Amino acid sequence: MPFDLNLNLILGQMVLGLVNGVFYAILSLGLAIIFGLLGVINFAHGVFFMLGAFLAYMLGATLGIGYWGSLLIAPVLVGLIGIVVEVLLIRRLYKIDHLYGLLLTLGLALAIEGLIRIVFGQQGVPYPIPPSLRGAVDIGFMLLPLYRVWVVVAGIVLCLATWFVIERTPLGAKLRAATDNPAMVQAFGINVPVMLTLTYAAGVALAGVGGVMAAPVMTIDPAMGTNIVIVVFAVVVIGGMGSIFGSIVTGLGLGLLEGLAKATFPSASSTVIFVAMVIILVLRPRGLFGKMA
Amino acid sequence: MSSAATETRPLPMEGRDSFQFLGFTRARAIFFLAFVVVVVVSPLAVYPIFLMKVYCFIIFACAYNLLLGYTGLMSFGHAAFFGMGAYLCGYAATQWGLPVGLAVLAGTAYAGLLGLVFGWIAIRRQGLYFGMITLALAQMVYFVALKAPFTGGEDGIQSVPRGTLFGLVDLSSNMALYWTLSVILLAVLVFYNRIVHSPFGQVLRAIRNNPDRTKSLGVDVDRFKLLSFVISAALSGFAASLKTVLFGIATLTDVSLNISTEVVLINLVGGIGTIFGPVVGSYVILMLEQFMAPYGPWVLLIQGIVFMLFVLIFRQGIVGELQKRLKTHL
Repeated sequence: MPFDLNLNLILGQMVLGLVNGVFYAILSLGLAIIFGLLGVINFAHGVFFMLGAFLAYMLGATLGIGYWGSLLIAPVLVGLIGIVVEVLLIRRLYKIDHLYGLLLTLGLALAIEGLIRIVFGQQGVPYPIPPSLRGAVDIGFMLLPLYRVWVVVAGIVLCLATWFVIERTPLGAKLRAATDNPAMVQAFGINVPVMLTLTYAAGVALAGVGGVMAAPVMTIDPAMGTNIVIVVFAVVVIGGMGSIFGSIVTGLGLGLLEGLAKATFPSASSTVIFVAMVIILVLRPRGLFGKMA
Repeated sequence: MSSAATETRPLPMEGRDSFQFLGFTRARAIFFLAFVVVVVVSPLAVYPIFLMKVYCFIIFACAYNLLLGYTGLMSFGHAAFFGMGAYLCGYAATQWGLPVGLAVLAGTAYAGLLGLVFGWIAIRRQGLYFGMITLALAQMVYFVALKAPFTGGEDGIQSVPRGTLFGLVDLSSNMALYWTLSVILLAVLVFYNRIVHSPFGQVLRAIRNNPDRTKSLGVDVDRFKLLSFVISAALSGFAASLKTVLFGIATLTDVSLNISTEVVLINLVGGIGTIFGPVVGSYVILMLEQFMAPYGPWVLLIQGIVFMLFVLIFRQGIVGELQKRLKTHL
């Protein structure tokens, strides 16, 4: 039973796993950028992902705005919430131990999840696949739903674009400089506090984009954010937060691994990433792409 | 990285006090005796089952505070030890037919063993990574508990018998169980205070305050961290086993993320790195939850707001603020 080596099934599940991998990559990317500059592990990252999905649903249900409109508007709204959160809450904690930042964002995550549960109930809400992306493409060994192809392609493009902005543009250069030495960058006349705010906003907006893209393929429910952020933490531990490119590769790779597990040992699929984390910690404690501590 | 509990130090370091009562300093002895009175009197006014639940969580919170407050390690995965301790205690009592004392011991030992394995894995990384790793490990345990046959899946392990303690005390009566748990709780508080102020506890605090300097003094830092982690895990399993005896059930709730965040919240509200913080925090948080229970998801919202409020305004917790007012350690 456990080893039914059906190659089509395995390939099929791995392609589907890649969809999850895209979400892991987008989320761990945002987490790494925020951590790099703010020094805060954003526990609320998953909740912003969930908010992206719920905002897409709300925009559709109340204003009749479709998927494509939501894909633009929802992340902007999530980013605006991020600005408020950074200015009102997180900013007060930069000078003290970073563990408090983690506690604060954990509290924020609980509060937002509670609020969503109060408004929408414990059950999920449905979100349709946009008409233009319905149907499937035949890729030889399986019929691949068009929407999933879109998620994989758009997600990877989004990750690469983020990588490009950070590694290859003047804006990204300032960001990297501020990560290394904020006092020095401030001395050059760059407004570092504003930069911190916008970085947090951009990081959570990225999570919001992921949430909108996930809306048609995952059940939109209040717990989806916390569930995925724990997996993303494991992804971050495996990859190490030192490298943007590393985050992307690790996220996609672990999505594939999860798909592979689903096809071969279905009962292990929910734990395989955690097991991978344990193995990496034992063999290479600093993570695949991590710098020495 | 400096630890959570040391960012401001409003009080002078604790010196040696000539006054000793069960290892407590004068101020703590007064607090302790006042608490004994509360324990004796409160069942007259409050439902004993609720009080016993609070006592189990005080023990759990002490276990957690030993790690966060005195060793400076922030775990987000203590539900793994709590949940697995509860499951094994319930399994031992129902399937192996062990008497209640041995079942509790089995739950404690199993949680300690799990702590040894998880600690060995997690102390390879420090600070925030440590928190993320323990969180991920606990989530893995949750998925295992969800699917493994011995946990009873969604139903959990039910009708765990209370039995008789060492063949002497019939625990099926609520008041008999109440006095038993009260004695255990007070003993744990004495034990916890002793550990914190023993030479071993001094080393833990040295590690918390400055791990590099402690290492340079020839202390095997990782070994002490691991030992502290194992003690914390075992004591968590002990608390969970008592809870299983109390309610007669062990369920998925015990191993869920909520338990991990709850114990952090209790300590944050009570006072991280204080002896009596877990006591005060457990009363406050469990009462809050009791009052809010009929309102469903509002509990989560209120918990989140309390979290943020204490992180932003009362980082020292209630007992920490009290210490500042009274200018003494509690």
